[in-house]
Amino acid sequence: MDTVILLTLTGLGLAALYFLVASGLSLVFGLADVLNFAHGLFLGVGAYGTWWAAGNLPGAGSDGFGFVVAVAFGVAAGTLVAVLVELVLIRPLYSRTIEQVLVTVGLSLAGVALLQATWGADARPFPRPEWTRQVTSILGAQVPNGGLLLIVAASLVLGAILAFLRWTRYGLIIRAGVENREMVTALGIDVRKAFTLVFAIGGAAAALAGALGSVYFGTVSPQQGGSLLIFAFIVVVIGGMGSVVGSAYAAVAVGLLQQFVNYYGTSGLGDICVVALLAVVLLLRPQGIAGKVATA
Amino acid sequence: MEPILRVADLSVRIAGLHILQGVSFSVAPTGVTVLLGRNGVGKTTTLRAVVGLTPRNGEARGTVQMGEQTLLSQQTHRLVRGGLGYVPEDRCVFAGLTVAENLRLAERRGTTPAYDRVFALFPELDRRARQRAGSLSGGQQQMLSIGRVLLNDNRLLLVDEPTKGLAPKVVTEVAEVLERVAESVPVLLVEQNLAVVRRLARDAVVLAAGKVAWTGDAQELLRETALTRSLLGVGSAEVQH
Repeated sequence: MDTVILLTLTGLGLAALYFLVASGLSLVFGLADVLNFAHGLFLGVGAYGTWWAAGNLPGAGSDGFGFVVAVAFGVAAGTLVAVLVELVLIRPLYSRTIEQVLVTVGLSLAGVALLQATWGADARPFPRPEWTRQVTSILGAQVPNGGLLLIVAASLVLGAILAFLRWTRYGLIIRAGVENREMVTALGIDVRKAFTLVFAIGGAAAALAGALGSVYFGTVSPQQGGSLLIFAFIVVVIGGMGSVVGSAYAAVAVGLLQQFVNYYGTSGLGDICVVALLAVVLLLRPQGIAGKVATA
Repeated sequence: MEPILRVADLSVRIAGLHILQGVSFSVAPTGVTVLLGRNGVGKTTTLRAVVGLTPRNGEARGTVQMGEQTLLSQQTHRLVRGGLGYVPEDRCVFAGLTVAENLRLAERRGTTPAYDRVFALFPELDRRARQRAGSLSGGQQQMLSIGRVLLNDNRLLLVDEPTKGLAPKVVTEVAEVLERVAESVPVLLVEQNLAVVRRLARDAVVLAAGKVAWTGDAQELLRETALTRSLLGVGSAEVQH
């Protein structure tokens, strides 16, 4: 029984990581029709920003409030990069899908190369609070605190995004824009501001995933963003483009499936099952769990 | 009287096809000017070009002026904020949002939204404020689509086929509303239903194959059965109805 609880909670931790990356991807695609392959870069910037800040930024550190400051710095750096990417590279290319793919793929490769050139290709130990290295006993299962931290953070982010979409003017614009972007502009609204905002939200969530994912894994590496991005894309497709709630459901399904199959089957079989799940969803429900609606 | 809208030599090409070829007409500052023509002649394309919604794979050339304001080079949201209201074909309400949210979306910072005006015309929208727009009937969706635009003051309304696909009773209701709206703001209307045209329109512009084939008094056009038949391709019963 305790194994099932452990697998469930570690699976949810993985799901939380996927959700943090996928929620922004999903909103960006749903609203702006941009397939952002550079989204993993925001994660990398968040992770390295936190790592750098913990060692160098005055007031920041690897424990206590200093660690909160370090994570805040990493998230701010990821958000800034996301906004700059939207303003400088994506904005001139709206409705030019092929060029967008080329630019974002190129940017993700260049970003990884830049991180490697600056801090080396090898994974580095990530400064993290002592309590995140420990475990908490839940119904007999020894659950890593880093995973629990991810679950709490992703739940808070999910709640914050849903509250934003439900209760704010820009949230309303984003929900409407996911349905019919053209009609939003025909009501006198400059939808491009919403694009920038969605990139900022997505960048912040991905950067937080980078920071907390590195806490969970204990290391930071330039390739981290790219490998997580593949599963995040799968989560977005299964959840339905533009649906934050759909991404949350899909992330839980993917995280749990991967964890259970990898444990009870053979290592790596979980990844194959996730791809099989993607294929089944595409065949039976191509619009994903929640379709192209930004649900609040 | 100075026209509210002047369209001069408007040409629109979309995906290599010449949809409009040098279209010129003007819209009077009061009443309803109707844009007529058979299916596919470019009526919707004309409205969309005026409001800056020519698709990315297309190009619009020519001159479109609302008063002193040149429209063709401006972005849609700026045109709409400048007083150009647009009610699209097929309603285009946001199905996942409630009626109240659809209306709230049309509110503009710095202005007071005219909910009184909208609810006076469409009391149904007030009663159904919490209902999702996607679950409304076609007629109710049309009311919401028009209501969104009337929440703000407009200098000109572009209305694209507002009675398309509606039941006869609802068509009459929509026509009544447009008649009342046109008392205070000029309307450029695309409409296939000639009974509605007869009721509302003062001036008419007829398009054929991407060009202006006829302009003049709408009621005069409808009286000339043979002319209407040749320009619009409708039967005499429909013209006389």
